[in-house]
Amino acid sequence: MSATNYATIENHPILGRLTLEAIPLHEPILIFTFIGVILGGIALVGALTYFKLWGPLWRNWITSIDHKKIGIMYMILGLIMFLRGFADALMMRGQQAIAFGDNMGYLPPHHYDQVFTAHGVIMIFFFAMPIVTGLMNYIVPLQIGARDVSFPFLNNFSFWMTASGAALIMVSLFIGEFAKTGWLAYPPLSGIMQSPDPGVDYYIWALQIAGVGTLLSGVNLIVTIVKMRAPGMTLMRMPIFTWTALCTNILIVAAFPILTAVLAMLSLDRYLGTAFFTSDLGGSAMLYVNLIWIWGHPEVYILVLPVFGIFSEVVATFCRKRLFGYSSMVYATAVITILSYIVWLHHFFTMGAGASVNSFFGISTMIISIPTGAKLFNWLFTMYHGRIRFELPMVWTVGFMVTFVIGGMTGVMLAVPAPDFLLHNSLFLIAHFHNVIIGGVVFGAFAAINYWFPKAFGFKLDYKWGMASFWFWFVGFWTAFTPLYVLGFMGVTRRMSHFDDPSLQIWFQIAAVGGLLVAAGIACFFIQIAVSFLKRKELADVTGDPWDGRTLEWSTLSPPPDYNFAFTPVVHDTDAWHDMKKNGYQRPTTGFLAVHMPKNTGAGFILAAISALVGFALIWHMWALAIIGFVGLIAAAIIHTFNYDRDYHIPAEEVVATENERTRLLASHV
Amino acid sequence: MFNLLAMPRLKQSIFLGLISAFLLSGCNWVLISPSGDIAKQQSDIMLISVWLMLIVIVPVIVLTLLFAWKYRASNTEATYRPEWHHSTILELVIWSVPLIIIIALGAITWVSTHKLDPYRPLERISEGRDVPMDVKPLVVEAVAMDWKWLFIYPEQGIALVNEVAAPVDRPIEFRITSTTMMNSLFIPALAGQIYAMPAMQTKLNAVINKEGDYEGFSGNYSGAGFSHMRFRFHGLSDAQFAEWVEKNRKEGGELTREAYLKLEQPSEREPVQRFAKVDANLFEAVLNRCVESNRMCVKDMVAIDRKGGMGETGTHNLASNATIGRKLGLDLSSQKTYVGTLCAPEIQAEAKSKVL
Repeated sequence: MSATNYATIENHPILGRLTLEAIPLHEPILIFTFIGVILGGIALVGALTYFKLWGPLWRNWITSIDHKKIGIMYMILGLIMFLRGFADALMMRGQQAIAFGDNMGYLPPHHYDQVFTAHGVIMIFFFAMPIVTGLMNYIVPLQIGARDVSFPFLNNFSFWMTASGAALIMVSLFIGEFAKTGWLAYPPLSGIMQSPDPGVDYYIWALQIAGVGTLLSGVNLIVTIVKMRAPGMTLMRMPIFTWTALCTNILIVAAFPILTAVLAMLSLDRYLGTAFFTSDLGGSAMLYVNLIWIWGHPEVYILVLPVFGIFSEVVATFCRKRLFGYSSMVYATAVITILSYIVWLHHFFTMGAGASVNSFFGISTMIISIPTGAKLFNWLFTMYHGRIRFELPMVWTVGFMVTFVIGGMTGVMLAVPAPDFLLHNSLFLIAHFHNVIIGGVVFGAFAAINYWFPKAFGFKLDYKWGMASFWFWFVGFWTAFTPLYVLGFMGVTRRMSHFDDPSLQIWFQIAAVGGLLVAAGIACFFIQIAVSFLKRKELADVTGDPWDGRTLEWSTLSPPPDYNFAFTPVVHDTDAWHDMKKNGYQRPTTGFLAVHMPKNTGAGFILAAISALVGFALIWHMWALAIIGFVGLIAAAIIHTFNYDRDYHIPAEEVVATENERTRLLASHV
Repeated sequence: MFNLLAMPRLKQSIFLGLISAFLLSGCNWVLISPSGDIAKQQSDIMLISVWLMLIVIVPVIVLTLLFAWKYRASNTEATYRPEWHHSTILELVIWSVPLIIIIALGAITWVSTHKLDPYRPLERISEGRDVPMDVKPLVVEAVAMDWKWLFIYPEQGIALVNEVAAPVDRPIEFRITSTTMMNSLFIPALAGQIYAMPAMQTKLNAVINKEGDYEGFSGNYSGAGFSHMRFRFHGLSDAQFAEWVEKNRKEGGELTREAYLKLEQPSEREPVQRFAKVDANLFEAVLNRCVESNRMCVKDMVAIDRKGGMGETGTHNLASNATIGRKLGLDLSSQKTYVGTLCAPEIQAEAKSKVL
């Protein structure tokens, strides 16, 4: 147990509530992790210094405002946080597989409760969100024929704010502790009376800082899609992935302020003693539960809509066929976007609302399954009369289709209030949302990575290791979560760190085996990347169009030059690139001009770093540092506005050289 | 070919073991075969919804695999129409079939949600058996505490920690609240769960149809002791129930407000405790957060606020709670007068005597 009693601790004028006792020296698991991180960190710093990479890292990546590099950095952040979140998952599977009867397992509730909270928070906010945002960042400007996003600096700043939030979560591992409240931090449990420790404060400030990034990146992408499409690309000629990105970012802009507001109210309750969500003084925890889900349900669609877009692109490309029902796909996306705002109450039918209210939200939830079903049928009929190449992205897509429908079915079961009273909060629910998030978002992320990797890096990913990864994931997923469906039917509830009934143990052991299979799938994925890197000559894509793609990103070089397109493409049909190829498009080889581009800046990184510092100071009640940091933050933002050195031209000679090299490559390929 | 007999002995026994484990465990799928009428109806609707959805799910899975196989690139015999992307008939079918299913399911939802509303008094004991006119529901007041359950039987005047019982086929009305955390009262064999929240009351109407010893617990995570916040629910015959009540009366102590305040302190894995006598207004006081005699009841506070509040002086009503007082920056050194509460019996008595 933590030695510090935060309910009574005196505030140090500089260090606030931070004392040496906040370092969890008594937790061997954390100490070993800490040592590992330190050693890894030293190795990384050493390597960067030895290979003299600090300069290039700063100039080409950290300060980069290129949407492609930012997209890649989002993906890397997502994958790193995924490893952390998955380690948490394995710890939970391990605990639940052994903690029966007299065996209390290896994680006491104090630790276990932090693990499942961190797992949820990290997987949603710092794995799924960065992956989805990263993909949109990388692909959308290329798909609409733009040279960058509308606000390139804002894009860099958004990324670093997200990274700062992630950093704060990681810091909570080694300084203090994380929230023990579950991933949505319901009060009264997250209130100051029940959780006086800094765990919930880490939660609040990590999400607030990352939330700024998410919101701004949402604004950025909406403006990009609305204003920067290539000539001829009307809304109804946009690629489906861009459509879903547009809807997702509208959801982000409309939903994230609610999260910001509800967390601000929670922090006022915790810091200033207001009573928005307390039982005393007229507050109500039910208000919090409503507000957080008014954000939380659209959040589900924020994650899954772009993934639907990915599958639409993949299916059309690998069936070598135009997507079936483009317009109905667009309308389905729009309908889901709107409906996702009027279903939030289905997360708490059991909170005592009246029957008519529950029915309304139950039925509105079921209605969402209609456009979602239409999407599935559209993919199905795209396969119909197609010529399906089972490359890796397509394999993930078929895996998704058969997995996701089961998740959809269990979702509708939960949407009917009567059975939900039985299934709510049970392991059945856990199995359901992992079924749609792993089966949907994660499978979609892997489809996307395998699909667009050659575009980003100029070589395809290895097929054999990719298949191994897919099968481990697919079998592992079903092995891990089928037992949870079963346990749900047995009335077993979620978030338990210990069980009395020994007859349940076998199911948890099977689930743990499933977890290990998924671990193997993850290992295969990283091996796949390493092997592909070693075989990059063999797997190289010189055409820029390795899959015979249909959308504009495949019309340019792999990896695309800084300026994406030497000439802005003109669009005449949906599937613009397919249309261009069909009509005998000739790539221009002369007449290149200098390209006007935005210039890199370190301001985003600096502002985000200061924000993280302010967050840390607020978590530990270091008021002096928080004030200094906040003033510094405002000052830095103002100083940045005086930076007029914001753009440059890529000289025509350089463009010519790049494009000539491409001409040579294309010729060599044929 | 899959041939069980041809398998090596060890594999064979593992395989058979798994199958039998699966089948045997089917018996404790409590959500599929519950023992209370409400849970039974909820479970039936769950199964109806599954069957309805399988109308779409099965064809989708079959067609996905079929199309994936049939239209593989290597099968050049299959039709290939690269520009085919629209069919009004198909579009109509893929939008309308799910729509019809959802209309059916929506109708079932509307009716069942109202019929099985946990607040609604029962109309039937089980299929085909209405609640007799003269039978009143057994009232059980449930208080979720950190981390145990207190059950009060106002009719019988008894109370228990972590054990509850009811006679078979008699409607039960749970009135539920919580001391600090958000929990949920869940007895899967009896009926679906409902949240237990501080300063609020929820209700659950249910009935148990089979004698037995069932599991109950909190279904909503509430902190460190949550895993062991469990209790037993006994479905008893009328005679057994009377005996059980008698046993409580004989063995139990008294649950006064002082005893309650001690009980309320956080504790884990609490054994069953029995109380033969309970302070009559205890549940009301718990619900209104005024078990301590020096705290103002929520309902009184609400009543004052509804009349416009009392401005700054109103804050003194809260001064008795040291933590809140400190947070509000109130001077706690001198005793301030404040509006008393009508919940606390001694103050009530005092007020009455003053009036008289």
